[in-house]
Amino acid sequence: MTVDIRSLYQEIIVDHNRRPRNFREIPDADRIANGDNPLCGDRLIVYVNVRGGVIRDIGFTGNGCAISTASASLMTEALLGKTEKEAEVLFGRFHDRVAGPGSGAQGSLGKLEALAGVREFPARVKCATLAWHTARTALNAPGQTASTE
Amino acid sequence: MNRGSALRADTATPTVPGLSHARGDFPILARKVHGKPLVYLDNAATTQKPRAVTAAIRRYYETSNANVHRGVHALSDRATQAYEEARGRVARFLNAREDREIVFVRGATEGINLVAQTYGRVHLLEGDEVLVTGMEHHSNIVPWQMACDRAGARLKVAPVLASGELDLAAYGRMLSPRTRLAAVTHVSNALGTVNPVREMIGMAHAQGVPVLVDGAQAAPHTPVDVQALGCDFYVFSGHKLYGPTGIGVLYGKEEHLEAMPPYQGGGDMILRVTFEKTTYNAIPWKFEAGTPNIAGAIGLRAAIDYLDAVGLPAISAHEGELLAYATEEVGRIPGVRIVGTAREKAGILSFVLEGVHPHDIGTILDHEGVAIRAGHHCAMPLMDLLGLPSTARASFGLYNTPAEVDLLAAGIRKAREVFR
Repeated sequence: MTVDIRSLYQEIIVDHNRRPRNFREIPDADRIANGDNPLCGDRLIVYVNVRGGVIRDIGFTGNGCAISTASASLMTEALLGKTEKEAEVLFGRFHDRVAGPGSGAQGSLGKLEALAGVREFPARVKCATLAWHTARTALNAPGQTASTE
Repeated sequence: MNRGSALRADTATPTVPGLSHARGDFPILARKVHGKPLVYLDNAATTQKPRAVTAAIRRYYETSNANVHRGVHALSDRATQAYEEARGRVARFLNAREDREIVFVRGATEGINLVAQTYGRVHLLEGDEVLVTGMEHHSNIVPWQMACDRAGARLKVAPVLASGELDLAAYGRMLSPRTRLAAVTHVSNALGTVNPVREMIGMAHAQGVPVLVDGAQAAPHTPVDVQALGCDFYVFSGHKLYGPTGIGVLYGKEEHLEAMPPYQGGGDMILRVTFEKTTYNAIPWKFEAGTPNIAGAIGLRAAIDYLDAVGLPAISAHEGELLAYATEEVGRIPGVRIVGTAREKAGILSFVLEGVHPHDIGTILDHEGVAIRAGHHCAMPLMDLLGLPSTARASFGLYNTPAEVDLLAAGIRKAREVFR
């Protein structure tokens, strides 16, 4: 079966790659983590400010492919204003959607659905999950480095 | 090997038919990927195998399989003979003086590690230096870092110019009285740069410095004559030469191999063992502990026979034409920048496309059936020097055609479209 390349590179992905949202360092961030994808050399840093258990600010910097950049950008939009608990749940749902067995989690993930296309491109799943692993590390073990390996 | 003239911008579509008659020898080239005919342009990573190679391996297992150097029975004799004939074939391929100067290893990486851990262990002392170039593959960096760390020695790096050529004058200046070995690549796997290894060896020898040449990317593309080069060590991998994985070659000058301690201990590398003392075998077997990759050596021999039948000079010329054509066709796509513009290059085209990450180019090309490599090419220090996290790399083999270059260029244009 042949999958259209546009199912991976949807307009929203191309747009977030070209103009990544929250693509900035947060100098006074209270939680920071590095993310490495050693296979391809992609690296990013996720900055988070949490106040009263709620993600009040989130940003990222780094260099990566369109999938990892767009995924990081969409993730910052999705996580902003969420509680840490909600973020953890969303991480699980997102992971299931792009890499889990079957057709992934039930229910729509909104804009994040655009990344579900990576399911058909196994070599690129780690590109989509790098930012999420990094954000999770920032929240749970700030200062550590997340790796896709 | 492509000469500078073949890189001129006025190169037209190649007029020679090339080696397309050889395509039929490679069954895998008939398959489709994502519904498109396979266009395999990742030959610098590994090459596809002709029927002659897979048939030789199968024939060995079906008619001669036995362990070598130990049996009294007929099959062991045959296996030993085939294995040692393969060694002789490699010796002629490299124009080594003696068959015993050829050590079978797993690949170029193991060949370098062998030298680093034996020759390096004896000769590297505190304050000594090993000289490499800035364009080495990780496999010609890390073994030396490990050896230097153990000895308290220093790894020195001869700089690379923006064109991807070695700064030869700086290399010369960095050969010091403390340099115990220069380890240099013949052809850069990331950029295709062909180093002037003969000159580099001469410069090193003038200072009494022995030289190891990493020929992993050179041996499949150009005839290698270790005596004419004068190198002390030369390594290459079978799988980049249309042979099987898991087999490679370390050539070492007899006097070096004789003086080096063994690499791994085990069977086959010994003459006599008591619990008090072991007497090691003669070279090359001293370095081949355990049952070797017999089928691999036989497959490698078949690959070398095949290369000779097609003709390395013809392969060189064909790949040079393909590279020149690809440089022209890919280079004129708006937004493309060719990375590595050395005067002399072997069939490797590294490039970046403005606004499109190499991995996305790789995925889009893959979808068109075109296999390339995207990434740092196991040469992260070189990428750092070039200020690039990664590049896309198309690398050519004897079976590639100008029509495949056209498909590569069309795929890159499609990547531009997707990200417009």
